[in-house]
Amino acid sequence: MLYDIRLLIEYSYAVSSDHLRNLVRLLPCDIPGRQRVLSRHLTVEPAADERRDALDFFGNAMTTVAWHAPIDSVALQLMARVERRAVPQRLDLSPPVELLEEDIASVQTLGPEAPHHYRGASPRIRPFPEATAYARALIRPGMTALQGVEAVGRALNRDMKFDSKATTVETPPAEAFAKRRGVCQDFTQIMIAALRGVGIPSGYVSGFLRTFPPPGQPRLEGADAMHAWVRAWVGKEIGWIEFDPTNDQYAGLDYVTVAYGRDYSDVAPVRGVMRTAGGHESRQAVDVIPLDDEEQLAPAQGSE
Amino acid sequence: MTEAARKKPVQDIFAEYRLTPGVADELFDAQGHMRPVWRRFVDRFSRLTQEEIATRFERGNLYLRDAGVFYRQYSNDPLQEREWPLSHIPVILHEEEWAHICAGLSQRADLLEAVMADLYGPGDLVRDGHLPAELIAGSQQWLRPMVGVTPRGGHYLHFLAFEIGRSPDGSWFVLGDRTQAPSGAGFALENRMATGRIFPERFPRAHIHRLAGFFGAFRTAMEHLARGSAGRDRYAAILTPGPQNDTYYEHTYIARYLGMMLLEGEDLLVENGEAMVRTIQGPIPVGLLWRRIDAAFADPLELDSSSRIGTPGLMEAVRQGNLALVNALGSGILEMRAMMAFFPRISELLTGQPLILPNIATWWCGGESQRAYVRRNADRMMIGSAYAVDLPFDIGSTTALGGNFLNSEKRSIAEWIEAEGTSLVGQEAVSLSTTPAWVDAEDGGRVEPRPMTVRIFAARTPSGWHFMKGGYARIGKSGDAMALAMQRGGSVADVWVVSDKPVPQDTLAPPETGDFRRSTTGILPARSADNLYWLGRYVERTEDAIRLIRAYNLRLAQTDNPNDARLRRLRDFMDNYGYDLSRPIPPALIDRIEAARGCAAKVRDRFSTDGWAALNDLLKTTRRMTSTAQPGDDAARAMSVLVRKITGFSGLVHENMYRFSGWRFLSLGRALERADSLAALLAEFADPDAPQGSLDMAVEVADSVITHQRRYRVETSRNTVVDLLALDADNPRAILFQIQRIRQLADDLPHSRVNGRLAPISRAILPIEAEFCVRDPVEIDTARLIALRSELAHISDLVGAAYLR
Repeated sequence: MLYDIRLLIEYSYAVSSDHLRNLVRLLPCDIPGRQRVLSRHLTVEPAADERRDALDFFGNAMTTVAWHAPIDSVALQLMARVERRAVPQRLDLSPPVELLEEDIASVQTLGPEAPHHYRGASPRIRPFPEATAYARALIRPGMTALQGVEAVGRALNRDMKFDSKATTVETPPAEAFAKRRGVCQDFTQIMIAALRGVGIPSGYVSGFLRTFPPPGQPRLEGADAMHAWVRAWVGKEIGWIEFDPTNDQYAGLDYVTVAYGRDYSDVAPVRGVMRTAGGHESRQAVDVIPLDDEEQLAPAQGSE
Repeated sequence: MTEAARKKPVQDIFAEYRLTPGVADELFDAQGHMRPVWRRFVDRFSRLTQEEIATRFERGNLYLRDAGVFYRQYSNDPLQEREWPLSHIPVILHEEEWAHICAGLSQRADLLEAVMADLYGPGDLVRDGHLPAELIAGSQQWLRPMVGVTPRGGHYLHFLAFEIGRSPDGSWFVLGDRTQAPSGAGFALENRMATGRIFPERFPRAHIHRLAGFFGAFRTAMEHLARGSAGRDRYAAILTPGPQNDTYYEHTYIARYLGMMLLEGEDLLVENGEAMVRTIQGPIPVGLLWRRIDAAFADPLELDSSSRIGTPGLMEAVRQGNLALVNALGSGILEMRAMMAFFPRISELLTGQPLILPNIATWWCGGESQRAYVRRNADRMMIGSAYAVDLPFDIGSTTALGGNFLNSEKRSIAEWIEAEGTSLVGQEAVSLSTTPAWVDAEDGGRVEPRPMTVRIFAARTPSGWHFMKGGYARIGKSGDAMALAMQRGGSVADVWVVSDKPVPQDTLAPPETGDFRRSTTGILPARSADNLYWLGRYVERTEDAIRLIRAYNLRLAQTDNPNDARLRRLRDFMDNYGYDLSRPIPPALIDRIEAARGCAAKVRDRFSTDGWAALNDLLKTTRRMTSTAQPGDDAARAMSVLVRKITGFSGLVHENMYRFSGWRFLSLGRALERADSLAALLAEFADPDAPQGSLDMAVEVADSVITHQRRYRVETSRNTVVDLLALDADNPRAILFQIQRIRQLADDLPHSRVNGRLAPISRAILPIEAEFCVRDPVEIDTARLIALRSELAHISDLVGAAYLR
C-alpha cells in the first residue's frame, strides 16, 4: 500500500518564550521488509534558528528545532509518502510463555532491538497487579508467547470500551484499566503493562492508521489522528511482532510506523519545555490518503 | 560535674576504652598496642582536663555555627536545619597507609572509567557475558541518549568518592563507589576548619596534610577542560538542584571557596549546541559543569521530562562535545549495587590484575548458583535491591539482614529470592572498625569506640588521579560495628593524614607564577541578579512595615483608643498590604521576612555569612515576639528592636559587599522600593483629607523627625513634609534622593547606553528626576504621587526585562 500522509500540529502559548526548544519525532523511517519511505518533509513555522536531524537510541528519526527569539506559537507540518508492505504469515515458532525467559537471557546485547529494554518499569508504564492478574488468567499453560500476546490483545479489545472522553494523555494505565475505557494510548499502555507483568517484553509504537469513512460518505480531511499500538518480543526465532489492541489485529498494511520506544515518553511526537508560566493550547490534524485504493478492509477505530 | 572531675585529665577516660572482640580498631592494633600514628595525639589530648576539652570542642562548634554550617533533611522548610553533627576527635591515618589506600582506589577509578566507556560505547562487557544485559537495561541510571556519545576531553569520570571501611583483619575494603554527583568534599573542608579551632597547636597541625592542594589541582583541571583546545573563552561552573537539596549548603560553600559560579538549570540555555549562562550582560558560554544534580534531571527534553530543574538541550551540548559534565551524564550506573558482584572479575579481565582493595562481597541473585549461595548464607548477608544506588548501610525498601526482614514481609527469604532473584543482590554483612569518639558530653564525657567509614575523594588531573589528603568520616551512633548501624543519625569527623615530618603548607592562593586565572566575579547570572534585586525590595518593604507598625502601636499607647482617626487610617492603609494591625506582630510581617530570606537563600554563594546570620536572626526574633508581644507600648518597643536588627543587615551589606553588579541590583531594589513606599506614605498621610497628626506620623515613619525640626523650626505643614520627604536631594528618605540613586545605579549597569543613546531605564527615570528637581511642594499633590508609583512600577518592569531573565 502506498500512502500520502499529511500531519499538522499547532500549539500556542499564553506567554511567549525565548529559547524554546522542541524534540520532534514525526518522520517515518525505512523498516526493512515492511516499510519504505519515498519522501518525507517536516516544516516548522516560524522558521527555526536551529534544526538538527539525527537518530535516537531506538533508531527513530529525531528532529531538534530551536528558536532563539521569543515566540508564542509553533506549527509543525509533515508530508510523507510511504509504502507499506505485507509481512508474510509465519509459523508460530515462539516458545511457551514460561520458557521465554531463557530466550531473553540468551540475548547478550544492549542494542535497541534487545528485549531487555522492554521488561520492567519504564518512565510511563510500570506493570501493575491488576493487569498482571488479567494477563495471567488469559494465558493457559503451554500457550506460546505469540498466542499469549494475541489472547491479551483480543481480550482487552473485548473488555475495554473506546472512549475519547474518559482519559487524557497523562492518565496512568492503571487508572484507565480500572475504568475499562480509553483511547489507543490507553489500550496500548495497558496491554504493555499486562504483557510485561507476565514476562513478555513489549514496547510502544507510534504511527498512523488508515481509517475508513462511514459507508457512502467521503473521507473527511484532517479527521484522523496519530495512532499507537503494541510491539512484543516473542522469542529469538520470531523476534518482534506488532499488535493493535484498539482494533484487535496485527499491525499490517493499514499501519505506518513512525517511532518505537519503551513507552510514550520515548516516542512523543513533540517534546518541549516552556520557561514561562501560563498554559498552552494545541491542535492536531492528520490525513492518511491511500494512493492505490483497491483493498477494502473492515473499518478500524482510530484514536480520539 | 564536681570540681575535681572537671580538672581530671582525660587520660583515665582513655583507659576505659573497651575494644569489641573480632572488630578492628583505629586506635589500637590487633595486639592491643596503640597504633604509633595516634600516640602523640593521644599524649597531648589526655593531658587536657575535661574542662579544657569542653572549651575546645565548643570552639569548634562555634566556628561551625558562625560559618552557618548545618545539615538539612529534604524538606521545604528551610528552618529544619540541624546543627552540624561533628564528632570532635579526628580519625588519624598514617600517610603510608593512606598511600596504599589511594593506590587501590586509583586502580579502581581507572576500572570504573573503563566500564563506563564500554557501557556507553562498544558494549563488549555485556556481549561477552561479563555483565548481564538485563541489569544494565533495567537500571534507570543507564541513560540511552548517552550511548555512542564521546565526552568532551575523552573521559567520563572526573570526580569520584569512595566509601571505605576496615575489616576485622585490618585490611581496607570498598563499601560503595560514588560516581553520580559525590557529596562531602566541602563538608570535609568545614570539618577541617573546625578541628583547626579545636587543636590549634603546631603539633598536630604541622604534621597534617592540607586539603587545599587537592581543590587547587581539581579547579585547574576543570578550567582546562572547560576551555578546551578551541581557544574559546568558556567558563566552568557548578550546577546545583537548588536550595531544596539536602547538600545545597555544600554547593554554595564550594562555589565560594573555588570562586566558581553556582548555577541552577534555569540559569542555562543552549544555543547552537553551546551551553550558555544567562547573565545580566547576555549569554556567556560554559564549557564545563560540575554537576550536583542527578543526571536524569539535567535535560527535560531528552532525559526525564518531568524535571523542573534541568536545562532543555543540555544533552545536545554534550553530544556536540562543547560541554563537559563532571561526571558525565549516566555515570550513576556505576553506583548500582549489583555492579559490585562483577567488578572483581572485570578488573582481572581488563587489566590482568586483581583489585588491590576488594569491594564488599556481593552476589547477584540472577544466576542459579548465586541464588542458591545467597539462600544458604542468608543469615550473614544483607539482601536488597540489585538496582539500588545508595550505600549498603542506607537501607532501601525491602531489605533482609542476617536472615530476617527489616520490614514486614509475608514470604520467606527463600521464596523472595526465588521470585525476584534478578532484581536482588546479597552482600556480606560486614563489620567495620571502631574509632575513638567523645560521648556523653553532658556527663563530663568519655572516649568510646564507635564504628566508622571513611569517604575518600579523587579528582582527575592531567597527571592522573589526585586524592584529597584527608577525607570525611562517618561515625556510628552506637557501638555496634555492623555496617548497618551506620544509617542516619550518626556523626561525622575530620580525617587526618599524618606524616612523621612537618608537611608543606599549601593554600588555595594562586602561585606567584604560572597559569593566568580568569576571575568569574564579574559574571552575574540573571537569576542571581533577580534574587538580589528582590532581596533589596523585600528588606526595604519589611523595614517600612516595621516602622509603620511601630507608629501605630506608639499612638495606640498614647491614645488607648483604637477608634482614633489616625489609627483607623493606618489600619486601613496597612490592610491593603495584608497587614492585620489588630495583632501586635501581624503574620504578614513574617511572610515578608521569609520572602527576603528565600531570595537570600538562593544567592548564598554571593553573600557574606554575617549578612545571612543577620537575616536569620531577624526572622527568629520576629517569630519569638509573636507569642509574647502585647499591643501598644510593648509592640512598639519590639518594633524598635526589629528596626535595629534590620538596619544591622543593611549596614553589613552596605559596608561589606563588594561594589559589583550584584550589589548594584540589591541597591537598585532597595532604592525603587523606598521611593515607592515614600510615595505611598505621602499619598496617604500628606493628603489634605488625612486626619490631624498624620503629617507628624509620616515624618516619624520616614525617620526624619530630627531633620525636620532642624530644617524648618516651624509647625509641621504639608509643604515642609513634602519638601523634606519628596524633594530633598540630600535626605536619604526623600523620593528625589532615591530617584537620583536609581539613575546612578542604572548608569553603571551593562548596556546602559546603546550606540551612544540612553537605554530605556535611564530614559524613563530622567524626566522624573528633572521634574522632582524643579517642582515646588504644592505641585506634588496626591494624584502626582499615585502616578509616580505606576511610573516606578514601569521602571521595575524595564529592569526585569533588560537584566533579570
